[in-house]
Amino acid sequence: MNEIFVLAEHRQGELREVSLELLTLASKLGPKVTAVLLGSGVDEFANKLASYADRVLYVDDSMYANYVCSAYQAALSELIKKEKPGLVLIGNTGQGSDLIPSLAVELGCPFTTDVISLTLEGDKPVAVRQFYGGKINGTIEFKDAETYLIGVREAAVPAEELGKSGEIQKIENPITTEITVQKFLEYVEAAVGEVDITQSAMLVAVGRGIREDKNMPMMEELAQVLGADLAGSRAVVDAGWLPPDRQVGISGKTVKPKLYLAVGISGAFQHVTGMKGSELVVAINKDPDAPIFQYADYGIVDDLFKVVPALIEKIKELKG
Amino acid sequence: MNIVVCVKQVPDTSDPDTEVHIDSTGRGVDQSKFSFVINEADNYGVEEAILLKEKHGGEVVIVSIGPEAANQVIRMALAKGGDRAIRLEDEAFAFSDVYATAKILQSAIKDIEFDVVMTGCMASDDGYAATGQTLAQLLGVPHAAYVKSVEVIDEKTLKVGRELEGGLLEMSEIKMPCVLTIQTGINEPRYASFKGIREASKKEIKIMDLAATGLSSDEVGENGSLSVLKGYSMPEVGELAEILEGDASETSTKLATILKEKGLV
Ligand SMILES: Cc1cc2nc3c(=O)[nH]c(=O)nc-3n(C[C@H](O)[C@H](O)[C@H](O)COP(=O)(O)OP(=O)(O)OC[C@H]3O[C@@H](n4cnc5c(N)ncnc54)[C@H](O)[C@@H]3O)c2cc1C
Ligand SMILES: Nc1ncnc2c1ncn2[C@@H]1O[C@H](COP(=O)(O)O)[C@@H](O)[C@H]1O
Repeated sequence: MNEIFVLAEHRQGELREVSLELLTLASKLGPKVTAVLLGSGVDEFANKLASYADRVLYVDDSMYANYVCSAYQAALSELIKKEKPGLVLIGNTGQGSDLIPSLAVELGCPFTTDVISLTLEGDKPVAVRQFYGGKINGTIEFKDAETYLIGVREAAVPAEELGKSGEIQKIENPITTEITVQKFLEYVEAAVGEVDITQSAMLVAVGRGIREDKNMPMMEELAQVLGADLAGSRAVVDAGWLPPDRQVGISGKTVKPKLYLAVGISGAFQHVTGMKGSELVVAINKDPDAPIFQYADYGIVDDLFKVVPALIEKIKELKG
Repeated sequence: MNIVVCVKQVPDTSDPDTEVHIDSTGRGVDQSKFSFVINEADNYGVEEAILLKEKHGGEVVIVSIGPEAANQVIRMALAKGGDRAIRLEDEAFAFSDVYATAKILQSAIKDIEFDVVMTGCMASDDGYAATGQTLAQLLGVPHAAYVKSVEVIDEKTLKVGRELEGGLLEMSEIKMPCVLTIQTGINEPRYASFKGIREASKKEIKIMDLAATGLSSDEVGENGSLSVLKGYSMPEVGELAEILEGDASETSTKLATILKEKGLV
């Protein structure tokens, strides 16, 4: 394989960590690694990427100031057709995941998404990804092709200092026509609520396992006797049982409390990303195979409607 | 405004009794004990389409690749306000990857004059979060993934909010026709009314097999795919939680004691 392209990701003036994670992964696969950067006023990012790549290829143009799929796709497909890398790695993020499938289909490249581990067999990638909410893994292989496109999950591989000093090549914008089908407008930050759960010492986190809104008071009581704040999974927020600022996970908050008590939460990766740094994790779930138990220090495999009321009483007793 | 909504029938993974076991082929899971539901994000897609139809008029067409049992989720979407449906089924579709799946969906959608195609942002079983974007490219239209808000600006333009990490919304304009992959929480999906359910039983579900798609057997299934699922395996699990044994009274006592020892109570 001649080389690996890694698409650098940035947002709101910051180079995102996933870029460095993917460069770290790529550098372990063997071939020469090129970081590809599209942006506006991003010399500084190019310099940083050079210490993680053998080459940095970058386009500086106002049309790439913010991510727009059609513009990114047009530019990348030109670059990939011209340079013919054997493998292209893109972070499986809100940006990357939007872009990978259509870019791959335009180029006719075999692709897959949300990969957690990747190896090369000769010139061909072999990818592992999760199925059924993380309950089983699947191994993906690809039809023969010149270039493969892989979306790699954020934080699948930690970024390491690589100490490289790659050659920096600033190139002309390969796109000369204006993109009119899509236009970036603005970013709107998530609303803030009355309680900042990122600062809470203890959290009782509620999942879909509680089934109905009318069971929330029981969870509120548990939180209250513990002196904890309430948080929850996306499922509970989508259902309107908790406000959006209480959501823990990749599209919610990242929390690191002293105690994270997960009740009726399955432990999907999107949730776990936001709570795995907690000091002590306890999970209550009826399903012994729920992935949340892989992230918990203590687990209770039982019906939460039996355990929670008993636990409320026990804590009250202890407190006297 | 004509809207196509792709819906997939998936096993109910939020049910604690849904156990996922790899079958003897190693490439499938034992489905015999699954209960099936509409994919969560697709349910929000159906609602968003019906909301737009109620405001702007037009037709909502439900499209699904799946077995006859998938009629149940299709009927429910029709009962809520979908006008007609297409279900695609053929043995040749088995082992289709995202690309082949999108080709099959495209074969049914290409003859519809649509303004918007909606898919869920992610199917809860395979979790590729890629079918909508792939379909958009095959249809030759732009797309936006993880859409959490939709507003009609004019006859040709939508303003959409894509949800990114941390709940940040990326607001942008997109020209129709287009594909939107819908994120959960965008609306409050309604329940079907009795009247709706009665009427749905009279609505058309057109069945398309391989021949009807106009695709050849080389274009679908494993032959028509770019990637191949070689096999499933049980994940390597890290250190598992220490499971507290006993009935609820015992486990809650043990947990309360641990919390006390750690100074948390
Ligand atoms: C782009 C994207 C971003 C996302 N971001 C987030 C995010 O930020 N945060 C997040 O949480 N999710 C997020 N998700 C959703 C995520 O994939 C899961 O769907 C979600 O976390 C599931 O929530 P849950 O665990 O509450 O529900 P489920 O997965 O439905 O789990 C319910 C659990 O309750 C258990 N249970 C049921 N009844 C009982 C009972 N009586 N007693 C005990 N246990 C019981 C079941 O065994 C099951 O494990 C995102 C998804 C996408 C696609
Ligand atoms: N078999 C199918 N039938 C209809 N729609 C599907 C099918 N598979 C995937 N989709 C659509 O594509 C979305 C994303 O699926 P995936 O890319 O597999 O995560 C789903 O939410 C559906 O809307």
